[in-house]
Amino acid sequence: MSTDSPILDVRDLSLHFGGVRALSNVSFSVKPGELFAIIGPNGAGKTSMMNCISGRYTPTQGQVIFKGQDVTPLPPNKRTEVGMGRTFQNLALFGHMSVLDNIMVGRHHLLKNNFLSGGLYWLGGAQKEELSHRRQVEDIIDFLEISPIRKATAGTLSYGLRKRVELARAVALKPDLILLDEPMAGMNQEEKEDMTRYIVDLNEEWGMTVVMIEHDMGVVMDVSERVMVLDFGQKIAEGLPDEIMSNPYVKKAYLGEDDEEDGGAVNAGPGQEVA
Amino acid sequence: MATLSMRPCGDFRTTYRQDTKIFDTRNSRGAMVIFLAALYALVILPQVVPALADAPIIGWFADGYFLSLGIQFCYYGIAALGLNILVGFTGQISLGHAAFFGVGAFSSAWLNTTFGIPVLLCIPLAGGMAAVVGLIFGAPAARIKGLYLAIATLAAQFIIEDLFIRMEWFTGGSSGSLADTVTLFGFAFDNDQRYFLLTLSFAIIMYVLAANLMRSRDGRAFVAVRDHYLSAEVMGINLTKYRVMSFGIAAFYAGIGGALYGHYLMFVSAEAFTILLSIQFLGMIIIGGLGSVMGAMLGTIFMVMLPEFMAGGVSILQNTEWGNQPFIINGLAFFREMAIGAAIILFLIFEPDGLAHRWKLIKAYWKLYPFSH
Ligand SMILES: Nc1ncnc2c1ncn2[C@@H]1O[C@H](COP(=O)(O)OP(=O)(O)O)[C@@H](O)[C@H]1O
Ligand SMILES: [Mg+2]
Repeated sequence: MSTDSPILDVRDLSLHFGGVRALSNVSFSVKPGELFAIIGPNGAGKTSMMNCISGRYTPTQGQVIFKGQDVTPLPPNKRTEVGMGRTFQNLALFGHMSVLDNIMVGRHHLLKNNFLSGGLYWLGGAQKEELSHRRQVEDIIDFLEISPIRKATAGTLSYGLRKRVELARAVALKPDLILLDEPMAGMNQEEKEDMTRYIVDLNEEWGMTVVMIEHDMGVVMDVSERVMVLDFGQKIAEGLPDEIMSNPYVKKAYLGEDDEEDGGAVNAGPGQEVA
Repeated sequence: MATLSMRPCGDFRTTYRQDTKIFDTRNSRGAMVIFLAALYALVILPQVVPALADAPIIGWFADGYFLSLGIQFCYYGIAALGLNILVGFTGQISLGHAAFFGVGAFSSAWLNTTFGIPVLLCIPLAGGMAAVVGLIFGAPAARIKGLYLAIATLAAQFIIEDLFIRMEWFTGGSSGSLADTVTLFGFAFDNDQRYFLLTLSFAIIMYVLAANLMRSRDGRAFVAVRDHYLSAEVMGINLTKYRVMSFGIAAFYAGIGGALYGHYLMFVSAEAFTILLSIQFLGMIIIGGLGSVMGAMLGTIFMVMLPEFMAGGVSILQNTEWGNQPFIINGLAFFREMAIGAAIILFLIFEPDGLAHRWKLIKAYWKLYPFSH
C-alpha cells in the first residue's frame, strides 16, 4: 500500500435522526485511485454515509475531509466543484429532459456561459463552449454505450438504462471521487456485468477514485480493493475483500450464520455463491 | 430543445452544431422565417403603396382591428413567455405576474417623462426595474415551494397593486400616468402598423433569447431544478440562485411586455394589473403548454382570441329572439371570465401538455399522411 494521503477521510462521523442513530462514530479513509466498497444490510446506514459525504445530510458529529479540506460545512453543489460526484440509489434523473441534456447538466460547474451569454448564444461564445463540452459528453456516451438513446426522454427509459445514464451524468462532472449508491441494484446478470466493467474502467482508465455501495457480494469481492462493513450504523469491519469474507463478525451480521443453508438471511441479494 | 420529433429520412445531422438548432428541421426553420418576413412585408406594403390597402389579404394588415390583436399577441406573449420560464421550466409558481407587468408599464412611462430617456431605451430599462422587483419578491422562493410560494406571490401581487396607488410620484396614483409613444431617430411608431412592427420585433428578440437560454447552461439548470432538485444540487447547481433568478428573468419579460403595453395604450392605470390578469397569464401558459417556448405564444393567441370569439357569439345571440334578455345584453364580461376559467379547466383535464403538444402531433400526422397509422 502506498503512503498517499487519503483523498477522502471520514472522521468519527455520527448522524442521528431524533432517536434513530443512522451512523455512530464511523471513521474510514479512501486513498486516491482506490475502489472502495461499503456493504451492510438494509438500513445499516450506507446511504446515510454517502449523503453525509456528498453534503445532502449534515452529520450530527464528525468531519468529512476531502483532498485535505474540511468539506463538512459545504453544501452539495460546492462539493461538486471541488471534485465529488455521485449517483443515487433511487433513480434521480431529470425525467423530462433528453439523455443528452441530462448528461450536459453534469457539465454545469465546468461551463461558464450564463443566462445572458446563453441567451445571446452566437455572440458571447456560448455556442462554442456548449459544442466543445458536447464533444466531451459524446465521449462519455460512447464509453457507456448509450449513443442510440441519447435523444430519448430520460423518464421513458428502462431501469437498467436509466442507471447507466445516471452514471454517465456523474462521470460528466469530471469528479476525482465518484460515489455510487447501489449502481447495479435491480439489474439482470448481463447488465450487471456491463456495469461492473464500466466501474472498473472508470477506476483504472479514467483514474477516478470510486466509493461504491453494493449488495452483490460477487461483484464486491471481485473488483474492490478494500471493503467496509456497516451494521446498525456502526462500522463492524474494514479490510481486504478476503479478510472481510473470513471475518466471523461479518459472517454473522451480514452474510448470515455459517450453518445457515442460504447464507443470506439479512441480505437477500444475489451473489451468495461467494459466501 | 432537442426532442424526438419527426424528421424526414435522409436528414442526418453530421455536426453537433446542426444537432443543437432551435428548430429541429430546416423546413420548420424556413417556414418560420418566411412567415415572419411575410408579416413584415404585409404590414409595410400598404404603408408604401397606399393603393394596396384595400387588397384582400394585405387589407387585413392595414386594418386596425387585426393589428391591435397582433400587438396584444406580442406584448402579452412576451410576458407569458417569462411566466413560462418561471412556472413551466423552473417548476415554480407565481400569482403576481400581472404586478410585474404593471411595474414594467409604469417604469417605462416614468423613466421617459421624468428623465427624458428615449422610449426605446426605457423599455429594456423598465424590464430591468421589473426584474429587480421580481428578485425582491421572488426571494421567498429560496426557502418555500408549492402552495406557500403561491401565497407569497399572491401577497406580492396585492402589495405591488397597493403601491401602484400609493406611489403617486411614480405611477400618478389613482389617476394613472401618461406614456409617450415610441420614436426612433424622429420616426414615430404612432400608428398600429408601425407599433405592430415594433412589438413584433421585440417579441422575436425575446423568443429567440429564451430559446437560446433553454439550450444552454442556465436553461438546463432551470429544468433540472424543476425535475429533480436534489440531484440538481449534486450536479453543482445552486438551488437558491436559480430559483430566485428565474423570478428575475420572468419579471424582466413581464416588464418588457408591460412597457410595450403602456406605450401602446399611451396611458397606464393600476386597474389593469389585477390578479385576474395574473391568472390569465397562467391560463396562457397552461393552455399553450408548460415548459414550451412556442407554447407561450400559442396560449397567448388563444387567450386573446377567446373573448373576441365570446363577443362574436354574444352579438349573434343578441340578434336572436332572446337578444333583449338582460343576461345576454349585460352578460358579456361575465361570459368572458367564465370562458377563461372553463378553458383553463378543460385544458388541464383534456390537454395537459397544451397546444404546443397538439401542434407537434398534428405535424407528425401530416408528415406521415396518408399513412398515419
Ligand atoms: N431522512 C431520514 N429521516 C429519518 N431517518 C432516516 C433518514 N434517512 C435515513 N434514515 C434512517 O437511517 C437508517 C439508515 O438508512 P440508510 O442509510 O438509508 O440505510 P442503507 O442505505 O444502508 O440501507 C435507517 O434506519 C433509516 O430509516
Ligand atoms: Mg441505501
